Amino acid sequence: MPKWITQVGCPYCGSSCDDLEVLVSDDGKKVLETRNACVIGNEIFHHASNPNRPTRPRMRQEDGTVKEITYDEAIDYTAKALLKAKKPLIYGFGSTNCEGMSAVGRVAEKAGAVLDNCASICHGPSFLAIFDNGYPSCTLGEVKNRADVVLFWGCNPMHAHPRHTSRYSIFPRGFFTTKGNMQRTIICVDPRETDTAKLADIHLMIDQGHDYELFDAFRTVLRGHDIPDVVAGIKKEQILEAAGKMKNGRFVMIFYGMGCCHTDGRNHNVDIAISTTRDLNSHTKASIMAMRGHYNIAGPGQVWSWQFGFPYCVDLSRGTHAHMNPGETSSIDLAMRDEVDCFVNVGTDAGAHFPIEAVRHLKKHPFITVDPNICMASEISDLHIPVRIVGVEEPGVVYRMDNVPIQFKKVVDGPDGVLSDEELFDRVYERMCELTETEPIWILNRGHAHGSSTAEQ
Amino acid sequence: MALVTLKPYKEPELYLECNNISPDAFAGKTAAEISELEVREGKTRVRLGDYFEVSGKPGDTAEQTEIHIAGDCSRIKYLGTKMTAGSIKVDGNADMYVGGWMKGGKIHVTGNVHSFCGIAMEGGEITVDGNAENYVGSAYRGDWRGMRGGTIRIRGNAGNDIGTFMLGGTIIIEKNAFIHVSTHAEGGCVVIKGDVEGRVGGQMVKGDIYVLGKIQYMLPGFKKIATVEKEIDGVSARFNHYIGDLGERHPRSKGKEIYANLFVMAS
Amino acid sequence: MAEIIIKNGFVVDPARKINGDVMDIAIKDDKIVEKVGSGAKEIDARGKVVMTGGVDIHAHVAGPKVNVGRLMRPEDKLFKSPNAQAPYRIESGFSIPSTFKTGYDYARMGYAFVMEAAMPPLHSPHVHEEIHDTPIIDQGALPVFANNWFVLEYLKNREIENSAAYTAWLLAATKGYGVKLVNPGGTAAWAWGLNCLTLNDPVPFFDITPAEIISGLMQTNEYLGLPHSIHIHQNSLGTPGNYEITLDSFRLAEGVKANNKFSRDSVMHSTHVQFHSYGGDSWRNFESKAKEVMDYINGQKNITVDLGCVTLDETTTMTADGPFEHHLNQLNHLKWANTDVELETAAGVVPYVYDKDIKVCGIQWAIGLELGLYAKDPMRTFITTDHPNAGPFIRYPRIIKWLMSKKAREETLESMKYTDKVIDATNIHSLDTERTLYEIAQMTRAGPAKALGLSHIFGSLAPGMEANVVVYDLNFNDMPDDPEQIERAFLRSSNFIKSGDIVVKDGDIVSHGNKRTFWVNARVKENPQVIRDIHEKFLKEYTVGLGNYSVWDCLAPNPYVIDIDVEA
Repeated sequence: MPKWITQVGCPYCGSSCDDLEVLVSDDGKKVLETRNACVIGNEIFHHASNPNRPTRPRMRQEDGTVKEITYDEAIDYTAKALLKAKKPLIYGFGSTNCEGMSAVGRVAEKAGAVLDNCASICHGPSFLAIFDNGYPSCTLGEVKNRADVVLFWGCNPMHAHPRHTSRYSIFPRGFFTTKGNMQRTIICVDPRETDTAKLADIHLMIDQGHDYELFDAFRTVLRGHDIPDVVAGIKKEQILEAAGKMKNGRFVMIFYGMGCCHTDGRNHNVDIAISTTRDLNSHTKASIMAMRGHYNIAGPGQVWSWQFGFPYCVDLSRGTHAHMNPGETSSIDLAMRDEVDCFVNVGTDAGAHFPIEAVRHLKKHPFITVDPNICMASEISDLHIPVRIVGVEEPGVVYRMDNVPIQFKKVVDGPDGVLSDEELFDRVYERMCELTETEPIWILNRGHAHGSSTAEQ
Repeated sequence: MALVTLKPYKEPELYLECNNISPDAFAGKTAAEISELEVREGKTRVRLGDYFEVSGKPGDTAEQTEIHIAGDCSRIKYLGTKMTAGSIKVDGNADMYVGGWMKGGKIHVTGNVHSFCGIAMEGGEITVDGNAENYVGSAYRGDWRGMRGGTIRIRGNAGNDIGTFMLGGTIIIEKNAFIHVSTHAEGGCVVIKGDVEGRVGGQMVKGDIYVLGKIQYMLPGFKKIATVEKEIDGVSARFNHYIGDLGERHPRSKGKEIYANLFVMAS
Repeated sequence: MAEIIIKNGFVVDPARKINGDVMDIAIKDDKIVEKVGSGAKEIDARGKVVMTGGVDIHAHVAGPKVNVGRLMRPEDKLFKSPNAQAPYRIESGFSIPSTFKTGYDYARMGYAFVMEAAMPPLHSPHVHEEIHDTPIIDQGALPVFANNWFVLEYLKNREIENSAAYTAWLLAATKGYGVKLVNPGGTAAWAWGLNCLTLNDPVPFFDITPAEIISGLMQTNEYLGLPHSIHIHQNSLGTPGNYEITLDSFRLAEGVKANNKFSRDSVMHSTHVQFHSYGGDSWRNFESKAKEVMDYINGQKNITVDLGCVTLDETTTMTADGPFEHHLNQLNHLKWANTDVELETAAGVVPYVYDKDIKVCGIQWAIGLELGLYAKDPMRTFITTDHPNAGPFIRYPRIIKWLMSKKAREETLESMKYTDKVIDATNIHSLDTERTLYEIAQMTRAGPAKALGLSHIFGSLAPGMEANVVVYDLNFNDMPDDPEQIERAFLRSSNFIKSGDIVVKDGDIVSHGNKRTFWVNARVKENPQVIRDIHEKFLKEYTVGLGNYSVWDCLAPNPYVIDIDVEA
């Protein structure tokens, strides 16, 4: 009998929905059907059963073709490449669990590598703003249960986070919000008329690239000063109306996305958004949240902060201590400036996401991809190592966009012999220790715990 | 002053981290000892002498030591960081962190510098004849204590984030700047002799900014209060005097709020 | 593991009233034993002090707000992280150290057990992930209860049995150790931007007062017979004049009897009392009320306290007292992080510089030490800094120095800009008390172990106890004139044996040991109403599924579970 597994986590977007139901075949190897998932989430579960998925590491040959090799050979190649490089870069982690990120942390330390994640090309500016100005935020349940004014700034959850508005931000009925969307005023700031903007009570169609000015205008009127008749393409009356709604709300929530943190000024746009949130707290209750992209892209920010003190761009090359300074230790800058001489792409697709010039620089040196699937990065790699799909074939802790940890189940077994990220990188570490004739350092002396492999179902 | 000359003779494969190139590190050593100083290329430890020919002899103290780098330092980071006295001259470009956390002495770069020049500087003088990238005289990530003293002069253009979280000292950009000047500043003075695109003085609490060219986009939080005659860095002119950022908090003194000042040359 | 003997040290073990006797301490596997064979590994402790491992009753070392502090403060690492000790892990940060540095530094100081002082239940997997990555030391974590919707609703209706059933469920679900209260009711009010500053301010919507929450949770705790008493951070923390609210809270414990099988006598642990012993009505006339607060504690035997000493460092404040952090941010204008947690709690984080040249900071410094000096019962008064709130835990040795040496206190006092004003507002200058090593051992070992209900394994060197033995380079009979040597000795122990593993030698880490996670499993009889309530709230108000809420066993792979069967 096929069996339904309930309260399954979805390894797609930063909403990290954990209410999916998945029908699994008799033998526990195939996903037959899903419920509650959005179209993209549904696709990820079915993807696992794709018969063309690689199940063995593939090494590029001199003639440009690829050849399947054993995991032992792939592990040996990776360990040697990392040890040989003067400054390797290990990047990615959009799609893996915290156990994997932790294992990579150990490898990176041994390798004297720079450890970076997708935030570097995504919500990195948010981190810079948090460094400078803090982060008055809340969990998504607070939004569901309390928020009556919700602002979407440069984000379009209707497309990027398909269930966000129904689970958390616009439609749900919560404890103090029993009338759901009827009780909420929605404000959208976006230069385009997106599907989220169409839902909004107020749409401020801002001139692209002038977010900072508009935030400054909000702050200025909140302090009772006058502003020019038009700011960032928005009329003063509209600014005053929106500011009034926020000031008079009982719980104001600001969600922002790439449209805010990747236009000119980047981190400063987020920084002044945080200042605006602080100001609003003198009038009412207000919170702010980054619309993080992937289901566990908040994860590396957490894991590496507790391990190294920094959420991304962690330069471990000095060996004595960790150093971070985005602009210098960030992946794109390192690549463009030719500062690294080995690249490991884990659980993401740097081939698709990096500027072509950056990829060209990285391709001068060993280029390794660790990912369950074929992607642009895997196809230009010297070595592609497939791993199990987290949330489908591998359990583990993930961090939702509000930094709430959620324990994701697995629903089916992975392909025979395919390792998890954690197992793979622990073995790379062990191989590096063998090659350097050093003792591995685990947290517990008497056998180390591979967290997720013993997870309760 | 006693002169030490470093002549670069080999290009590093990656970048060299040379925190040791400073009068403080050189003082009292022989040329041979200076050659032995450790610098880093990624995780490898190398000698200064592996990349530079060292000649001359430093003084007994940093103050008496003059360093001349006779060649390009485009791949050399951290020149003169934390130096307290003496001088460094570079014939050519230099990479990141020139004069970072500097407390005293002088640095002169005849070419361009990369980002983070004069980051969290406390004193001394930096002069760059060419252009600077981003974060001139800025604070380190997360620190609310940015540049506290000293002078940075960039004779060319500069990028974004000039004087972020600045508390004191002077930054002069002789040509144009991109965006974000004195963001979050609580003191100090920034002079832009050319044009700025915008975001001048955002979230600024205290301090002064002079713009001798044009600001393309003025922030709504700045309000014009007067037109004044001023002399700044050898230029006397009429300036429109703005106060701001009115959206930011401001300290009070004798019952009045203290604002940051922005002087833009009247056309 | 095998046999070890620590020979000829001056043993200080207040639990057995041993004060500096020269003795050998024998270890077999992970326990202290009467004697070992001739093949035992010998450690020479001649001329040095031997104590059991330290027990920290209150520190913020793991979990979401600690990590927000790490994340948002890169400048806490810049030029401040020590060089890594090869082949061990990189150590990062000063006031909010990385998990590796946390484990290493506690071990270097000879600490065996550290209680994470505030765990937001929804984030408990995160807390356990960090505990998992903190080497060597044993740890537990206290979930926060005093602003939790279930608790507020049950206590409003005076349903202690339901409150107890829920508490037991939550302890098991979060692998928590005991009942933490932070700004009872005030943090719930903060969800709407409000606060409860006195014990009688009603909590918005819930129609209950802080006093009722405190009394209700105290009853709940004793109903369950948990190893630890309630552990409370009172209302109105950090405000001038708050000592009266502190005393009001203490009075709620009058007449309440401890009910447990763990030799615990107290029914309330009042944490970081330094922040709650303030007089005056503004920062201008701010003054110490340490004497008033400690006089009460000295007479009220069923309360324990920890100090929360200000160490005069640049640090990071972090607490589930969300409204306080907002208030603090409005005072110092530095960056501010806040996280309100649905149905449960909140937290705030703000960096803070305790500058010895600011009068208020000097007075705060004095208050913490005065409390430690006025205490008549060191078995009920524990050394903490509310790490990292009043200072980082690596300053415990400095606090020990100040408590043991009037000379050291006077030196610090003299170095302040406003020495006279600090003297006027405090009693520190007139206090001549100097704590002894025996009393320090009570305040850092025997006392906290007993208050946590762990005196059967920690806090003593008696045979049968956990083999946690630390050797400090101090001559019991010839204590140094230079107080700095006291601090140095306590900062880097000569040897530390944790659960039978030698983990520190000459102040350096030599092993990762085998850290454990302590949690309490209180079994109550099935309570259908509470189970129904839990299901309903997860269905309607939480955004995480009930099935994904309980912490997986693999996150605490080396557990020490204390089972309790609660008789109804």
